[in-house]
Parts: sequence; C-alpha cells; structure tokens
Amino acid sequence: MLPEFSVRLEKRSGISGFYSFFSPLIALGLTVLAGGILFAVMGHDPFKALYVYFVEPLTEVWSLHELAIKATPLILIATGLSLCFRSGNWNIGAEGQFIMGGVAGSALPVLFPDFTGFAVLPAMLVCGIAGGMAWAAIPALLKTRFGANEILTSLMLVYVAELFLDWIVRGPWRNPEGFNFPETRGFTEWQILPELLDSGRAHFGALIAILGVILVWFVLTKTIRGFEIEVVGQAPKAGRFAGFDPKRTTLFVFLVSGGFAGLAGIIEVSGAIQQLRPSISPGYGFTAIIVAFLGRLNPLGIFVAGLILALSYLGGEAAQVSLQLSDKFANVFQGLLLFFVLACDTLVHHRIRILKPEHSHQDIPGQEVT
Amino acid sequence: MMGIVEAIMLTIVAAATPLLIAALGELVTERAGVLNLGVEGMMIMGAVSGFAFALMTGNPYLGVLGAIATGSLFSLLFAFLVITLVTNQVATGLALTILGLGISGLWGEAFIGIPGVKLQPIVIPYLSELPLIGKLLFAQDLIFYMSIALVVGISRFLFKSRAGLVLRSVGDSHDSAHALGISVTRTRYLATMFGGACSGLAGAYMSLVYTTQWIEDMTAGRGWIALALVVFASWRPNRLLIGAYLFGAVGIAQLHIQALGFKIPPQLLSALPYLATIIVLVIISRNRRLTMMNTPAALGRGFVPDR
Amino acid sequence: MKKLFATLLGLGLSTLAFGGTASAADTKACFVYVGPIGDFGWSYQHDQGRLAVESELGAATAYQESVEEGADAERAIERFARSGCNIIFTTSFGYMDPTNKVAKRFPDVKFEHATGYKRESTNVSTYSSKFYQGRYIQGQIAAKVSSTGVAGYIASFPIPEVVRGINAFILGAQSVNPDFSLKVVWVNTWFDPAKEADAAKTLVDKGVDIITQHTDSTAAVQVAEERGIKAFGQASDMIKFAPNSQLTAIIDDWAPYYVERVKAVVDGNWGSQDVWHGMDHGSVVMAPYRNMPDDVAKLAAETEAKIKANEFEPFTGPIKKQDGSEWLKEGETAKIGTLLGMDFYVAGVDDQLPN
Repeated sequence: MLPEFSVRLEKRSGISGFYSFFSPLIALGLTVLAGGILFAVMGHDPFKALYVYFVEPLTEVWSLHELAIKATPLILIATGLSLCFRSGNWNIGAEGQFIMGGVAGSALPVLFPDFTGFAVLPAMLVCGIAGGMAWAAIPALLKTRFGANEILTSLMLVYVAELFLDWIVRGPWRNPEGFNFPETRGFTEWQILPELLDSGRAHFGALIAILGVILVWFVLTKTIRGFEIEVVGQAPKAGRFAGFDPKRTTLFVFLVSGGFAGLAGIIEVSGAIQQLRPSISPGYGFTAIIVAFLGRLNPLGIFVAGLILALSYLGGEAAQVSLQLSDKFANVFQGLLLFFVLACDTLVHHRIRILKPEHSHQDIPGQEVT
Repeated sequence: MMGIVEAIMLTIVAAATPLLIAALGELVTERAGVLNLGVEGMMIMGAVSGFAFALMTGNPYLGVLGAIATGSLFSLLFAFLVITLVTNQVATGLALTILGLGISGLWGEAFIGIPGVKLQPIVIPYLSELPLIGKLLFAQDLIFYMSIALVVGISRFLFKSRAGLVLRSVGDSHDSAHALGISVTRTRYLATMFGGACSGLAGAYMSLVYTTQWIEDMTAGRGWIALALVVFASWRPNRLLIGAYLFGAVGIAQLHIQALGFKIPPQLLSALPYLATIIVLVIISRNRRLTMMNTPAALGRGFVPDR
Repeated sequence: MKKLFATLLGLGLSTLAFGGTASAADTKACFVYVGPIGDFGWSYQHDQGRLAVESELGAATAYQESVEEGADAERAIERFARSGCNIIFTTSFGYMDPTNKVAKRFPDVKFEHATGYKRESTNVSTYSSKFYQGRYIQGQIAAKVSSTGVAGYIASFPIPEVVRGINAFILGAQSVNPDFSLKVVWVNTWFDPAKEADAAKTLVDKGVDIITQHTDSTAAVQVAEERGIKAFGQASDMIKFAPNSQLTAIIDDWAPYYVERVKAVVDGNWGSQDVWHGMDHGSVVMAPYRNMPDDVAKLAAETEAKIKANEFEPFTGPIKKQDGSEWLKEGETAKIGTLLGMDFYVAGVDDQLPN
C-alpha cells in the first residue's frame, strides 16, 4: 500500500528568504501544537507542561549555566561538522573524535598528576585537539587514499573509540586509590577549566565555543578556504576548474571537525566531569549532527540550534521532576521536534505543490517532469 | 546429548539471526539509495510491538506479524521525510532512533516484569535428527527459517529479477533511473518500508525468541551493528549471511575464550568486528571496478526531479 | 480543615527545630537512578523503595531515571536540591563526586549516596547492602543441589562488589562440598539481556548445572528454565520467569533503609553515617526457597537465620586466597576495608581475575 498523497516538490532556483526565517518558527509552532496535544492526552495541563519544558529552564540563573554546559559540546562539535558537511564530506564519527579528544587531553593529568602550573590547561586542550584530529584523519585518509566511504568508516571508529576509552579507564589508567572502581583519578585545580562566574558551574568552555563559532563563520565567509569548501561541496567540477584539490579539502575539513570534536571532548572532561570515566558522552557527537542540520550548517544558526537542543534536554529533565513525566516522553518530544524542523526546512529549498486528486490519480509523487 | 560444538553453533545462530535480518532489510533500503540510520529505533519498536501483540493475543505468530507491521509503519514516517520532503537522511535517521526509543519505552511500561510468550521451534521430522546440523538447521523457530529464506530471496530478487534491477538502478543513479521512466519515489518507499519490516522482525526475535521479555533498550545497540554489517558485506546478501554469523561468533567466542585462560582485553575482541569492517571497506574500495559493482552510488542523496 | 491543621503543625514544627524538622507530608525525598526504572533490576528495586517511602510515610517523592554518570548527574542532583527536596538519594557509584560537590553547596539538604565511600561534608551519608551474605547461602544451596559439582557465575565488571559476591558464593559452596568449583564469565555490561542469555548458554555448554548472575535482567534464569537446569534470581524475585528453575533470589530491598532515613529527616535526627546493612536490617532478602529438597531448604533457612542474627559472617577464616596464601586465620573475620576494596579471589574459583 502506497500513500496516495499528491504532493510534489520543486526545487527553488535559490533559497527562499521568507522561509529561511519562518520555517524554524513554523516548526516550533507545530511542535508546540503536537506537544500540547500529547501532554493533554497524557493527562497534563498542556500550557503548564509547555511552560515547564521551554520557559522554566530559562527563568533561573543556575539553569542558564547548565544550559551553557549542555550546549557547549553540541555547538563546538556541530560548528566543526558544518565545514565537513558543506564540502560534501560526511563525517558522522564526531562521537569517536570527541572521546579520543577527551582521552588524549586527559593523558597529562592522569599520567603526570603532579605537574601543575598555568601551562597545564592549554597543554591539555592542545592534546585534546590533536587526539580528535588524529582520529578524524583516519577516515579522511582512507577516503582520499582508497576511496573508502567516510560515513561508514567514521561510524565504525566511534565504536572503536568507545571501547578504547572503556579499556583504558578500567585498565591502565584506573585510579590506584579508587578501590578498583572504573574511573581515573580526579583532576585537580590546575587541570580543571575554571568557572566563569560564581553563580553557577558554567566554565570557560562556553567562551571557547563562542570563539569557535566566530572563527568558523569568519573562515566560511571571508577566506578563500571557505570559498573553496563551498565550491567543492556545491559544484565539484567547477572546483576542479578553479584548481581546488578535493582531496586536500577533504583532509582539511576532517582535521578541523575532528579538532573541534576533540576540543569539545577535553573541555567536557576537564570542565564538567573532571575525571575520565568509562563513558563521557551521552551521544553528543550524534546529537551534534542534528544540531548542525538544524542550524543549516551556518555557524550562527548552529549556535542557536545548539541552545534549543540543550533546552529540550533541560526541559525534559525539568518535566520529569515537576510533572513526573518519564524520560521516554522527553525522547518522543525531542524526536517530534527534530522531525518538524527537518520537514519544515524543506520549504527553504523547495516549493510544495499540492495537486488536486483528479489530476493525480496515476501520479506517483516526484515522478512527473514538467 | 548435544555435543559442545553443536551447542556453541546454536548459540551463535541465535546471536546472529537478529543482526542478519535487520541488516538484510537495511541492505535492500541502501541498495535503493536510502541510508536509514534508524535501524536501532525500528528494531526496538519491533521488540516492544512483537511482545505486546503476542501477549495480548497469546499467539506469538501474531506478535511476529505485529512487529513486521509496526516496523514498516514506523519506517514510513522516515520515508515520508527523506523521500517526499527530501530531508537529510543522516539527521532524519538519528531522529527516528530517538523517537523509537521513546515510544517503545512508553508503550512497554506496562510489560515490565511480565514473562512473555515464546515463539516455539518448528521441528522438521527426520531432518532434525541429522547429526551436527539437524538441530541447528531443522529444529529452529519460524524467524530463523525466515532469515534464511530472506537471504536467498533477496539475493535472487536483487540480481535475477527485473524489479531488483530497477531497485539497484535507482540506488546507483536516481537521475538516470528517472530518465528511464522508473518511479524513484515509489521504489524508495517500498525499499524503505521493507527495511522497516525486517528491523521489526529482528526486534521481535529479541523479545519473542532470544529472551522472552520486554526490557527498555533491550536491543542494546544491535541496530548499529546491523548497519556495520551491511558495509562489511559490501551490499551482498550472501556475504551478509557470512558476516552476521562471523559477528555472532566473535561475540560468543569472547565468552568462551575467557575460560581458556587467554588474557585478551574483552574490549579488543569487541572492537575486532568494527576494525574488520573498515578493512573490508578499504579493500573493496581500492578496486574501482568492485566498488562500482557493489556500492549504491546514490546512497544518502535525496532525489528531486529537475525541470 | 485537617489539611490546614497539618500545614500549621508542619510550619510550627519546622520553625521550632530550626528548619530541620517537618511533617512527613512536607518532606520531599528525591531519587536519581542510573538506569530506566523499567530495567526490572537495580533501578527498579530502588524505585520500589521510593514507592514505599510514599506509601508508608506519605512523604512527597520525585525521581529522575537514566541519568548519565558525569556532567548530567551533577545537574540532576542540583535540580533536586533546588526544587525543595529535603533528602536526595543518589543510587549509583558514579554519582559519588557530583553528590559531594552539590552537597557542599546545599548544607541544609541531606544527601545519601549508594555504594560509595566519600563523605566530604556532614550532610552526606553513604550506604550499601551486604549482598554477599545472600551469595553465601546460594553457594550452599548450589553445592547441595548440583550433580556436576560446578556452578556458573555471570559477572559484570571486576569491581569489589562483584568479586565479593563470587568469593562468598564459593565459600558457601565449599562449606558443603570442598571440591566444588565455580566458572566465571565476564560479560562487561550491567545490562544487555541478549548477551546475558549468551553467557548463560555458554556456561551450560561448559557443563555447569546451576547459574547465578551479577547482571540485571531476567535473561539468565529464562535460559536455565529452557535448558532444565537451576538458577538464582538477581535483584528481584524472578520466579515468574523461571517457575521450575529458580532456587531462590537475592532481593535488594531498599525500602526499610529509605523509610528509616526519610523518617529521620522528618524527626530531625538525621546524621551523616556510613552503613553497610545486611540481612539483619532487611536490606538483603532471600526469595522463598523453591525447587529443592526439603533438607536443602532447611539448611539454607538455618544459615539465613544465623546471618540475620549476626551469629555468622561468611568471610570468617580459615580462608586461603586463590594463590594458596593465607588470607584469614581460623576464626578471624575480614576487615571492612579489605572487603570494600576486594581485588582477589579466594581458593576454588576457576577463573583469573581480569585487571
């Protein structure tokens, strides 16, 4: 049984400015509507529930700090990924690069706990970046050297990274004073990213994320490299005429996105967790892919999208506590939000024609050419 | 008495069957050019719906049917987004998994701590008494038989039938297929829903055969392994059969090897299948001809007919 | 009218006792779980304890499930501290540091951390249960019931809690049959029903006829039921899943402790402590002894009674370590510290402890 809707898409010649602005709002409206119905069906006052979800987390200072903590890794990773995706390189292994960044950055505090001073933190961050880059270099090289599909190799390397972290924390790096429990020694003062303000635990990682957004925005809009990425992604043939080497671009974007993910990893470990554990990410690397698309691969859009997704996590937690809604519900709600946003985004690039049924009795969507 | 080899093989088959079925479905979907990363979400939906229908009716076969229907309906949601609305396939697939984990959790709340209904083996007389392979091949449950039938059927369909050729051409180049008058959209809808049905069936195996119970997140990442398998098999159903049993064997070997006193970190063993997948991918990619033959070139790309 | 009275009373009391005391209805107990409450294992049992607090004391409760150990845990705990919880139970080892961090910022809120060892401020308690007591009884039963003389143990991770359980099991078994041996399979997960089932099948294939597990799901007892061997349930009574196979189960019953501690907050006499309760406090409960001869059930019940009355401690010498060296002399009992950090096997375990 095929769905007999007679919807037809047509590519717009350009991007619709109107929908660029309004599609996220339409999506938000639809989510609020669907969410409200869902809440009502589950026996909750929809207005109160929506308030708890989207407004309450923003009304308290500590909660804003938490928003920053949750959004920081998402924004950083997604910003790096935007370069990749724009150039047509599908790095979906950011989760693995995040983990390896966390591991590499932790080498210093775990292996040399007595090494203190101002140099420690910068060194850790650099190690984190290097770790993420190294891990991202593997799928990049496999693609440029052998033509291996990077979606799949980068995804496989996520599992390898997860297992590597698990092994190193349970084995060689386990805290010698920790009763055999699987965690490294806790980081100390010089190894922890300091908090920004006294009012909460948001740390300097948030600032680094903002700098990262600005940097990538600058590269994309103001530099020849940004132009190259755009051209290679949109029109590979034209890129070759212009003398751009697609292999070099692939390597470049993978290294940058891996570096960003690795940086996010060590920031999370040093700033928020403050030790290495068998698991350091509740799927940030994958969620960041969604953030990148929600933000339309635009660093500024990603900044907003990262905040919105972080808000949906916080809202889900708040709803569990104050409305006794289960966390499964938060999953459903988040899934719906993503579907609506993705669907509405179609409007930016496409025009939707709804055909009258009598004309479409034998039409199959998308088939007819005009 | 069952011999130890026979017993180990039975365990491996049980471990491999859900991987094999989910991967077969994804293989067909990907051959049509659609990358659905929501396998884990569709599988968990299959697990909960299979359990629910079996419990409700007392009949595990209705559970299997329910899981297939639920899986394909759930994938229809994905299909509508990525095919009709041309949304990004990677992001949409991830969102589908999030949604599936959520819905299955809500649906399954009532089933926690309740023993399920087991899908009993169908013992084929005489054949099942053959030494070594009898129990393994002829005293299994319906879903196992279906998995083997699916390997043969899909293999023939893809490479021996006109419809299979159409499906592959859509996956290789939707523009050329479209120019030939093939309905890209229809083909992709069907392929995606077939993938969803298979994932649902694989999920039902988890909750009706493997362990007859419902527990949240009980698929525990097997959907992602199925995705890896498709690549490992370089999009060939026969190789998928080998790959799935290899993956299953590695998992079981981990448990047996411990007793032999080898000191291999279990994480290394667990990582082997993924490393092997990468190596296979590199090998098939090095050879351009092989790549052209096997990899759906339009994988992951949306299709909108140009004017 | 009644409600008003209760509120007034609550107000009065809390003013009297300097904010430390409240009526039960005004007291809020909050719980952070590491898994879904639908795991029918660890988190499920903690949630049963929460429900007992609600029904027995009438206190308000709240919970958050599937909270990742790490950055998310600190937020979950802080959210509770800010939302008016008077006492917060954090029910996983990985919440140790976040619990202590938040506790320093909220000196008026009481914190109870399960299975940890850090109490960095006076408003933090730690608690755990001596599940190994039940393992000893299981070992005795296994040695009596088994005809092969080998039992199988499905283990999660080599942390002290798990190693203790394995050691107690073999000690119990050897008290009945000195030649009894134990095969251990490490699955490296707390929760993967299919993998637990695989491990159970592997053990059966290796000739064990009794299975016990230190993982959460009911998969292993179901395999035992299918293969016609015996098994022990874990965390909750799993008899429904294995009516002909489950001998008994160790039930984690957190209700007595949770009710006691929330009541202490209500009464204003809560104090920081480190407790390790066992059968004597009803924290470790054995499910009814089934599927075994009467004399075995009798033996098990006798041991249970002795442990409950604190007349017997499973880790009492003479006990040798796996390498043959002496650990405990005749009549000597294990030090708490050694048990808490246990990282060695006693003699008789047919496995090498992974590092």
